[in-house]
Order: sequence, then C-alpha cells, then structure tokens
Amino acid sequence: MKKLKRILALTVAALTAAASLAACSNNGTASSSQAASSQGTNSTASGGAKEIYFLNFKPEIADVYKDIAADYEKETGVKVNVVTAASGTYEQTLKSEIAKSDAPTIFQINGPVGYETWKDYCADLKDSELYSHLMDKSLAVTSGDGVYGIPYVVEGYGIIYNNAIMKKYFALSDKAASVSSADQINNFATLKSVVEDMTKHKKDLGIDGVFASTSLASGEDWRWQTHLLNLPMYYEFKDGDQDANTVVTGLAAKEITFKYADNYKNIFDLYLNNSATKPGLLGSKSVDDSMAEFALGKAAMVQNGNWAWAQISGVSGNVVKADDIKFMPIYTGVKGEENQGLCIGTENYFCINSKVSADKQKASEDFLNWLYTSDKGKDYVTNKLGFIAAFDSFSDSERPDDPLAKEVTTWMAKKDIKTVPWTFECFPSQDYKNNVGAALLEYAQGSKKWDDVKSVVVSDWKTEKAKS
Amino acid sequence: MQKVLKKYVAFFTFPTLLAFIIAFLAPFLMGVYLSFTEFTAVTDSKWVGIENYIKAFTSGGDFLNSLWFTTKFTVISVISINLLAFLLALLLTRGVRWTNGFRTVFFMPNLIGGIVLGYIWQLIINGILYQSGVTLTTDPKYGFWGLVVLMNWQMIGYMMIIYIAGIQNVPTELRDAAAVDGATPIQELFHVTVPMVMPSITICLFLTLTNSFKLFDQNLALTAGAPGKQSEMLALNIYNTFYGSIHSEGIGQAKAVIFFLLVTVIAFIQLRLTRSREVEN
Repeated sequence: MKKLKRILALTVAALTAAASLAACSNNGTASSSQAASSQGTNSTASGGAKEIYFLNFKPEIADVYKDIAADYEKETGVKVNVVTAASGTYEQTLKSEIAKSDAPTIFQINGPVGYETWKDYCADLKDSELYSHLMDKSLAVTSGDGVYGIPYVVEGYGIIYNNAIMKKYFALSDKAASVSSADQINNFATLKSVVEDMTKHKKDLGIDGVFASTSLASGEDWRWQTHLLNLPMYYEFKDGDQDANTVVTGLAAKEITFKYADNYKNIFDLYLNNSATKPGLLGSKSVDDSMAEFALGKAAMVQNGNWAWAQISGVSGNVVKADDIKFMPIYTGVKGEENQGLCIGTENYFCINSKVSADKQKASEDFLNWLYTSDKGKDYVTNKLGFIAAFDSFSDSERPDDPLAKEVTTWMAKKDIKTVPWTFECFPSQDYKNNVGAALLEYAQGSKKWDDVKSVVVSDWKTEKAKS
Repeated sequence: MQKVLKKYVAFFTFPTLLAFIIAFLAPFLMGVYLSFTEFTAVTDSKWVGIENYIKAFTSGGDFLNSLWFTTKFTVISVISINLLAFLLALLLTRGVRWTNGFRTVFFMPNLIGGIVLGYIWQLIINGILYQSGVTLTTDPKYGFWGLVVLMNWQMIGYMMIIYIAGIQNVPTELRDAAAVDGATPIQELFHVTVPMVMPSITICLFLTLTNSFKLFDQNLALTAGAPGKQSEMLALNIYNTFYGSIHSEGIGQAKAVIFFLLVTVIAFIQLRLTRSREVEN
C-alpha cells in the first residue's frame, strides 16, 4: 500500500508539472465567427474549392468581414470562413491554426520580418492579379524573384492635434510662440516653443497637458518603441544612401549606431514633460487612456495613426470635432525636417498559404481580387473597412471619408514633402521592441539614464539580429 | 468482486485513458520532441539536437533571472500562505460565531480566475502607489510583493479548507489525553495537532509549491514582467521566448521541458520529506 501511495504521489507530481508544459502551447485564442468545420467541403471535381479560410488580423472590423463573406458567398458560392484573432494574439493564433488540417488559406504577415517566420507557408503571388494592381510595387514583400506578401492598406501616423485647442492658444494675447497657427509648425524648435508655452497656459486652455499620456504599460508601448523609433532609424539608414529603401538597408544591418538618439530624446522628453500624466505614473497608462484624454479635450496632441479616428469618435463624451482633427509630422530636430511628412506605410500584408491545395490557393486569390477590384468589394473596403487601399483599381474619389484618412491623403499629395516609410518593419523581433519599450519606461520613471536606453537600442539590435 | 472489476476494467478506464492520451500524453511527448527541433507550426519541424537547450541558457540571462525571481517568490509565498491558512483554520475550528460565514468568505477569492484577479489587484495596488507618485512598474519589488499578496489572497482560503478538514479529523481522545497530562495549548498544538494533520500539510505544501512555481496568468495580468523583465516568472519567460523572437519556438519549448523537470524534482523531494513525517492512523 505504501509503495502504491508513493508511486501515486510521484505520478501526481509529474502530471501537475506537465500540465504547465501542455498549457504553454495552448494560448491561442481564436474567436470563430462562423463555424470553422469544413467536413465534406473539399473541392469538387469541376468547380474548384468551395471554401476558403481567412484569418483576420483586425478585430475592430471583424463584423464587416462577416458581411463581406456573406455577400461573396451569395455571388460566387464560395464560402469564406473568417476567423479573427483576438487583439495582440495574431501570431499565436496563426501558429496553432496553421498546424490544423483545415489551415487558413489567407493570412497576413507584418512585413519582411514576419516573412522570415512564415516563409515556408507563403505562396508566390508574382502572377496574381491583385499584385498587378498594386500601385507601389516596392511595398510588397519580396524574396528573390517571388512576391510573397501584398500590402492591402496604406496607413499613416504622426502627431494628431485638436485644432480647436490650438486656435484657442494662438488667440491668447500673451502667447510666446512666433507662429500663429498650428500648420505653420514645421520643425522641432517651433513645436517645442509652442508646446512649452502651451503648458504654461494649461489652465487657460482647459487641458491637463499638451500631449496625451505617453502610454508605457506593457503591450501599450508600441507608439514609442516602434512608431517613434522609426524616425531616427529612418534617418540613420538613409544617411548612407539618400535613395535607398531604408527597410532593405535595415534588414541587412547587423548592427546599428543609433546615430539620431538625441533626436529621439528631444521628442520623447517633450512628450514626457508636457504630458497630461506625471512621468512616474506612465507605466499604468494604455493607448485607450491616452486616446480618451485626447477625445475628451484634456490633451491637445497625441501621437497615433489614422486608425485612431474610430477610437476617438467612439469615446463617449467626445468633444473633438471631425473638422478640428489634424495631422502634423513628428519633428525631432533633424536638419531639413521642414520637408518631412507623415510616416506612411503598412504592416498588413496578405499572404496565401502555399501548403493548401492549388484549388484553394486559387479561390483565395479570387476572393482577394474580388474584394479589391469589384465595385461591391471596393465599396466595402472604402466605406466599411475604411482602408486607404494600395491598389490602382481605386480611383481618387474612392477614399474613406474619415478625417484622419483624408489628412493622410492630403499629406501624401503635398508637393516637396517627403513621406517617411515604415522603416520599423526591419526591426529584428517583437522581443527587441519590447525590450526597448521596457527601457523607455524605466527612463520615464527615472530608474534608467538615457545612455542605458541608447545601449539597449544598440546592443539588443545586435543580439536579436543574430538570432534570425 | 475482484473478478467483476477485472472484467470491466477496460470499459471504465478506456474513456478517461483516451482523453488522457489525446489531451495530455500526446501533446506532452510532442512537446518534448519539439524541444529538440526548430519549428514554426507544430506539424513540421527540423531536428537540431540539444542546440535549443544550450541557447535557453546562453541567449540572454533572462531565464536564470526569472528562475531566481520565481524561487524567491515561491519560498515566500509557500511559507506565508501555509502559515496564514493554518492560523485561520485553527481559529475557525474553535466554534467562533459565524464560522461558516467566515469560511465561505475566505474561500471565495479562489473562485475568481487568475487574469481577473491580476487586473483587480493591479488597480488596487496602483491606486495605492499613485499616492506616492509611483506605479507597479516603477520597481520590481512592487511587482514581487504585489504577486505575493495576490497569491496569498487567492490561495489562503483553499488551503484553509484543507487544514480545517485535517484539524477536525484529529481524534478528541488525543486532545483530552494531552490535556489530562497537563499539556499547555502550545504543546498540544505542536505535539498533537501538527503531527496529526501532517497529511494535510503535505497536500497544502505540494499545491502551493507547484502553483507558485507555475504561476502564469496572475504574473501576466499584474505586471507582465515590467519593469524590463525583472518581474518575469518562469512560465511567462517561456511564453515570451516562444512568441517573442524569430525562430525561438524551440528554445521556448526547451525551457518548458527544463521547467517541467524542475517542478517535478522539487515536488517529489517535498513529497518525500513531508510524507516521512506523517503519522499512520
């Protein structure tokens, strides 16, 4: 009896421990919007695949895809299963879904680095019709001769400002700034003088701080460790060759010097010191918090992209009018930045799973093509999904009408203004970004010096690059 | 009787066995296999030998840091949870008024999921820390003690119930005999009650030890490792390794296997130690 007890105890110990091991590989949460089972729907002899599976990245527009799928099935008889990964869990979901026998036929990657992970699963889309419509072919994810990821949306980010508050400031009799409206701000020095003077007049303007909180809670720091860091990296990679594709240069760079570190510090300090929240408390702030501050008129500016409009207008008690919401490029004090535009690019690339049957691949291509070239599909893209599409099948009038998307198009069309590509696509890994974010948090809290942040940016680049 | 049992053994064990193999044994063996490979999706992998195990320790010192953090956390929370739970159990077996009400209230936190608990405590602790201008992420020690408090709050009630059951099972004759022999309450506690509830202590130590060591959701929700990775425990470290960098799924898997061995060894040693002190009834 005693021996049995002992064996039992050991087994229990081992199993409980093993439960943790099993649990580790089981964290993908997918919310299936339609039943994902597909028994008996394999391709029929003549008609090609009758069912495809699209793993959607953007939870905020999951419902729209459901309607699209329904319409598409009505028109063509091909069923599109749309499954949406919960926010921030796309990689996890994809990793578990793709191992299934009924794997996603359309999925997306976030750029060349994502391609590195998924290259065994990406079909060559060089001959696809969708690729032929792509306006800027250099945006696609390519390798050798092949095209493996097609960008489907153009997005832009910068400093969003509430012009109502800015007007109020420029109307003040004792303002110290030399300019008289927000659109005259075209370099860091001017921005700084305006912002700091606004902070002095905080009470008159009725704001808590010029900038909404620099959200640095874990998982909420992408605006700084990815988007803001884009600018110094862009300038660094551009230095060698003015016309070079900075993403390509960045991908090849085994090491970086973070030459424009001081410029990053300029703008980051400006955010911190003129914020609605004390720097020490930023570790608990989320992006939602800071968008809410902006929407409620407690802050005049916030760094974010055109996707933020839905978020701003969705805050209850929102006081920001669509006419007052404007974009300004992120100025960091680099020479010649008067001509710098918004950061424009995308992190959304369609890929077609090369390991599913040829029929399914074809059906998936057809679906994407329908969505981006047929009138019905285009209507969905422009008006429901709100995408600024990257394809020539869209005319100038077929642009989303939300104010920030309009601003992006305006900025793109400006003469003499050079947009900044999303160089951060070459950042070595998610871990790299997280480490930088953590260092920034510690810097904001005062427990790290700026030099420590700099060394994290430089040394982690090297170690993370070495892994791939 | 034996014969009948033997006849139906397959019938009774088969469903559970099948579930066990599908949901547990197979993934487990697959996990061990995958720790020796490089993979993106679990279905196709490339054998790389023990490279992942070497990388687990060499690529960044995070793993050892979180091992140390986890160990500290486990030691402190195992001691505090068991002491407090035992004390509560002693109090609530004395026939105080509202005994059942108290038992229920103390047990309730155990019914709330880890993620929810983590967020609730994050709000509470941040609310308090705001007063002095800091947050949970300012210093890893806040995260550490936050986790200890959280874990105590969650586990004490459960352990208390187990201890109460143990204490109620101590035969009254033994206590009476001790009292007649002139034992003080303290002597009675250490020489009669504690030895008699040793089986409960074994269970409670085992549960708290393994649960503290494997803590994941509470850690993720409360601090997610911030600042830096200084409050990152082992399970979270494994998770972050798996999804954080390119081509490091295998390393994460290797860490998970090491983790499994560690928990098993520790739990086994603990069981051996406390079992040997149990009194046979």
